[in-house]
Amino acid sequence: MSVIYVLLAISISVAIVFFAAFVLSVKNGQYDDAYTPSVRMLFEDELLPDVDSGISENKEIEQPKSTNQ
Amino acid sequence: MIASKCYHCGDDCNRTKVLFDDKAFCCNGCKTVYEIFTSNGLSKFYDLEANAGTSPNEIPKKYDFLENEEIVKQLVEFDEEGIQVVGLSIPTIHCSSCIWVLENLNRLHPAIKNSQVDFPKKTIRVTYDVNDFSLKALVMLLSSIGYEPYISLEEFNKKNQKKDRSLIYKLGVAGFAFGNVMLLSFPEYFEVEEFWLDQYKLVFRWLMFAFSLPVVFYAAQDYFKSAIKGLRSKLLNIDVPIALGVLTLFLRSTVDIVFDLGSGFFDSLTGLVFFLLLGKYFQQKTYSFLSFERDYKSYFPIAVTRLNTNGKEENVQVYKVKKGDRLLVRNQEIIPVDCILMKGDAEIDYSFVTGESQAIFKESGDKLFAGGKQLSGVLEVEVLKSVSQSYLTELWGNSVFQKDKVSDFQSLTDGIGRRFTMAVLSIALVASVFWLFHQPNMVLNVFTAVLIIACPCAIALAAPFTLGNMLRIYGKYGFYLKNANVIERLAKVDTAIFDKTGTITTSNKDVVSYEGIELTDEETALLKTTLRASNHPLSRSLYNILKSNDIEILDEFQEHTGLGIEGRSKEHSIKVGSAAYVGEKTVASHTNTSVYISADEDFKGRFVFKNKYREGAEDLFVELGKSMDIGILSGDNDGEKKRLQSLLPGKIRLLFDQKPKDKLEYIARLQETNTVLMVGDGLNDAGALAQSDVGIAISEDINVFSPACDGILDASNFIKLPTFMKLSQKAIKIIKMSFILSLCYNLVGLCFAVTGQLQPVVAAILMPLSSISIVVFTTLMTNLLGKKLNSTQNNND
Repeated sequence: MSVIYVLLAISISVAIVFFAAFVLSVKNGQYDDAYTPSVRMLFEDELLPDVDSGISENKEIEQPKSTNQ
Repeated sequence: MIASKCYHCGDDCNRTKVLFDDKAFCCNGCKTVYEIFTSNGLSKFYDLEANAGTSPNEIPKKYDFLENEEIVKQLVEFDEEGIQVVGLSIPTIHCSSCIWVLENLNRLHPAIKNSQVDFPKKTIRVTYDVNDFSLKALVMLLSSIGYEPYISLEEFNKKNQKKDRSLIYKLGVAGFAFGNVMLLSFPEYFEVEEFWLDQYKLVFRWLMFAFSLPVVFYAAQDYFKSAIKGLRSKLLNIDVPIALGVLTLFLRSTVDIVFDLGSGFFDSLTGLVFFLLLGKYFQQKTYSFLSFERDYKSYFPIAVTRLNTNGKEENVQVYKVKKGDRLLVRNQEIIPVDCILMKGDAEIDYSFVTGESQAIFKESGDKLFAGGKQLSGVLEVEVLKSVSQSYLTELWGNSVFQKDKVSDFQSLTDGIGRRFTMAVLSIALVASVFWLFHQPNMVLNVFTAVLIIACPCAIALAAPFTLGNMLRIYGKYGFYLKNANVIERLAKVDTAIFDKTGTITTSNKDVVSYEGIELTDEETALLKTTLRASNHPLSRSLYNILKSNDIEILDEFQEHTGLGIEGRSKEHSIKVGSAAYVGEKTVASHTNTSVYISADEDFKGRFVFKNKYREGAEDLFVELGKSMDIGILSGDNDGEKKRLQSLLPGKIRLLFDQKPKDKLEYIARLQETNTVLMVGDGLNDAGALAQSDVGIAISEDINVFSPACDGILDASNFIKLPTFMKLSQKAIKIIKMSFILSLCYNLVGLCFAVTGQLQPVVAAILMPLSSISIVVFTTLMTNLLGKKLNSTQNNND
């Protein structure tokens, strides 16, 4: 069998894997809210593990203002 | 007192300043929230964004209905093995600090497992353990930190609605197929007669065929459905030529590859569908945190407190309330049905219904209408009519609310589509007849080529991209439209009708004038001190306008709910309240709200509260009056007629004493000859808003209730209304220009088609080129319009 068939099969199956990943992500609701995760990501360091000592580092965080409304 | 900003919510704290932890707070509520946050390690809230909080409302017993298991069951999404998941809508979510604190709810109560915020929709999903927690406790917790959820009948009824994500799927399918087909079709465009290609081109072609199948039968199915629907009702909408084009492309290409006539037009086909869906997706911009379909359900309570025959309180669903029942209405609760007041002093705020913000006082035996909000104390009422038959809710029985304005309106694109289809079909026929005599074997080729190249992809894209972008631009300036179709309708408006109270008057600023014997400085100071102790809205606004800096210490203060307040300092006393309370017998025939004052039992005078017209209202009417007829419909009596007439240009029609139904009928009469815009705000305008061609609700705070409408306009942008309307007309012009542009492309394509020279590669270049140039053109032009809006804003500042 010619190598072109192998190549075609590989390229198309790779494309289909990505397509399936897209469909799955839509199904899981990842496209329902495209804004909040972008803000949540910035908070990851702010999650305090235990009862707060009261002295948390006061670093300024530049927030994207909520302009999408 | 130095006016300083509240550390929690950012309001001025001049009235009741609370100092705590070296920080100033405007009220005890804000201080409590601060305490809760800091003691639970959530003080980061204040670092993320300054003064981001919301001061909490007091709601002692409002959520008792959440103890009713039947109601809880309806509200929660998931309830098994001691775990409940609930989605709540919280209108006060407004910044990233809110997201942070709400997603760390588990720090406030260990039973909360997880909470997730959806910012654009302003909702939160909470998972919690029911063993030592409950929905009621959760709602109380949220309210105590200033995030009171919004639980209404509407949400109660619309449970388990599935999200429609089909457009994203279709877009994904079409995009996926388009990309792959384009790659597969490339080899044949460049080399036609080559040994290697000849061997494999069949594989390539059939692969393309396979990729195009889901595009035609899945992604493009809406166009076929809409075309069939249009043809059934004898309407040639724009989807007819599109469906025809897609079908021809598919059949012709299949025939081509089956009989080895050519490589087919699969890339044009998939590209066409992809671009069309992209336009649809772009136009589908919705403001998910706003609701344009609200009726009385969205702000009526789910449950009410009923007194049963033994005099015990029980929570029942509002639909189960019957005539003759005894209900308890607490402070800040909404009266759900028409009823008679039996016990208690009613002070009812009808602002949801009429837009009038001043409360009305009622005594026992008076009739109360559904929709009012009780402001002080507990009431006991007897039900006169069930929910669906009440004065206000009856309006929703009107067929106007079932009317679908979008499908009744023939859009510009559909109008063009009709003529376009006719033209394309006749060109195809003429060309076919011509070739029939010259070279009969070319007939099918030419006929299909014309249908393919004339597929109005670019025309169908012009409106979605122009209007979709305009929608976004409007949204930036506080004008939120329900859908893109509204812009087209707005451009056609030739008559504008306004409601008076709450629409052209503002409800949060009053003009207060004093009538009577001048008060001495000493009396003014005493008055101000007395008012300071009262929480009544009228007291507050009066307190804010009195110019006195002496604050005395009161020896005695008494508040008589529903009547007035009394303060005593040294040997002087002052009474503030209703006419009867201060001992004034001659109640002037005045329609405006008044507060009467007496000092040392002597009647002094009264403060009259008058509605203030919105800033720039006069200019707005002059501006609008140039191009259209204007009218004002008011539910109030004609006490303000003279003032309005002096304010407004001459040819304005003024109508007073209009009931909700009268307003609706008046609009319907006007519509026989005109296209009508209705601008209103309260539930009493809901009928007129639904009947009019474009109904716009003015709202001081876009998160709180506004009736069903086509658009919501932020009150601070009220004066820009004429600009918005002018821009919609310009947007329509842009669409027309893009039609001309895309017709030029079509003409070029037709030259290839009728001469029988349409190669797949020509179609593959021409189609995306025309689509993209339309997208670029409309986006540039609308952004230019947006700039204009920006410059008017700067001029006004």
